Amino acid sequence: MEVQKLLVTPSPHILAKTNTRNIMVGVCIALLPTLIASAVIFGWYVLLLCGVTVAACVGFEALYCLIMKKPIPVGDFSAVVTGIILAFNLPPAFPLWMAIIGAFISIVIVKQLFGGLGLNFANPALVGRMVLQLSFTGPMIAFTYPQSVAGVDALASATPLYVLQQGTVPLMDLLLGTHGGVLGETCAITLIVGGLFMIFTKIISPTIPVVYIGGVFVLKFLLGIGGGTAAAVAGMDALGSILAGGLLLGAFFMATDYTTSPYTRRGKIVYGIVLAILTVAIREWATMLEGVSYSLLLANLLVPYINGLTRQRPLGVKKGKKPAADGKGAK
Amino acid sequence: MEKKNTGLMTILTNGLLKENPVLRLVLGTCPTLAVTTAVFNGLGMGVAATFVLICSNIVISALRKIIPSQVRLPCFIVIIASFVTLVHMLIRAYVPALNSALGVYLPLITVNCIILGRAEMFASKNGVAASALDGLGMGIGFTITLVLMSAVRELVGAGTFLGIQIIPASVAPVGVMVLPPGGFFVFGIFMALAIFLERKMGKDPTPDAACGACPSAEFCPAKGVE
Repeated sequence: MEVQKLLVTPSPHILAKTNTRNIMVGVCIALLPTLIASAVIFGWYVLLLCGVTVAACVGFEALYCLIMKKPIPVGDFSAVVTGIILAFNLPPAFPLWMAIIGAFISIVIVKQLFGGLGLNFANPALVGRMVLQLSFTGPMIAFTYPQSVAGVDALASATPLYVLQQGTVPLMDLLLGTHGGVLGETCAITLIVGGLFMIFTKIISPTIPVVYIGGVFVLKFLLGIGGGTAAAVAGMDALGSILAGGLLLGAFFMATDYTTSPYTRRGKIVYGIVLAILTVAIREWATMLEGVSYSLLLANLLVPYINGLTRQRPLGVKKGKKPAADGKGAK
Repeated sequence: MEKKNTGLMTILTNGLLKENPVLRLVLGTCPTLAVTTAVFNGLGMGVAATFVLICSNIVISALRKIIPSQVRLPCFIVIIASFVTLVHMLIRAYVPALNSALGVYLPLITVNCIILGRAEMFASKNGVAASALDGLGMGIGFTITLVLMSAVRELVGAGTFLGIQIIPASVAPVGVMVLPPGGFFVFGIFMALAIFLERKMGKDPTPDAACGACPSAEFCPAKGVE
């Protein structure tokens, strides 16, 4: 009779099937509807643009790791996600070679030089966008009007945020995305669908998007009321400010980046509130119309501090009582 | 405390890579980031600082036995400031373009950490000849670093080199490189390159994170203090 050997190993013993690759493929799937929508709205060039940024991101990552003799992490799809999100942050007619520079900044400077996946200090695609915005301001704000305007190939137009300042934009236009803007921010419906997909497949927790979007809505509504607008009008304005601009894209796909968002739920709530306040403040009082990317970057930099201040209580430790380990372990 | 057995050649070449003031000692960071937007500015700043560095090193070294150690810093500053004033006047008279390009950073050479640092760490402890060579080496290291950094930033950020168009004007330059963020990008990459080069030459400057890794360890009052 065979004696069964008793194996003693440290936990964890039950492993989920989740790994970086599964998660990143999930994010890609969630981004796909928006990509299709923007191809429908802006034309086929956006698919080329997106393909180029993805290829450039993957290529730069492979090249860097090859030169530095590191294991090549291309199989984990994280560079693909960075590439898609970077493309989503570019206007529809953006020159390809500039997009490649953005991919270089994102992958090599922001991600790999700081140690690769999980060690970047800020969202790579976001910094890529910032650098492009600072370097090529002209092409970066050349928003072309969607092709749905009959008889006109391309028409420079203001983004809905600008129009909102002057009057109102029909909410239906905002939902469907038939207005000017960067690739990934126009079609609100597909962004919401993608976000819900990620929440239901547990790729992201709903805390950050809900607090961020809700916070912007509430702040905008209160500002409207405070400014003497009727509640109904203020509500519609607030709804419009959620759907317009990069808020949905930022809240679902960029603010929830694992590396650059806080660990705990309390931290996530703080992070969402900080984002909401910054975004509304920039949109309302700064010279720029859109504040999502700058508030995301600033909040990214605050994440280590938020993490430090919102630590989880160890299991079993009573509230208000300092954990005993603090006194001994501090040295 | 005289430094013995140090060949004059070593003193001269120290500043180039091993103790490169900007990349390894991380001194003078402010002017480095501010003026390296164009090669002309970087070169001008490097030469001006080198001149001040050599002269002040010589004078401070010659006076090192006379200056009481309690008031040495004010004395160093007075000596450095005199040479900076001299350079400032010369540049204003003969290269007014450089004067307007460098702006406030020219008089600010007075408080450049490299010059005060070398006065404190080297000139006040070594002979005149060694100090002059140290100033020259450090100055050359500073100038080379500034010129290389500004060459990268000017070429990528403005498409020019010394004001001459290299990359055709039809290609939009990456403007961020001449803005402060680009300065930090280039600075960080150059620092990494300096360490990489030193490793290539068979010396590992960062065996661990302790005092041994720091080029200033020899002069550091906190050395060995945990």
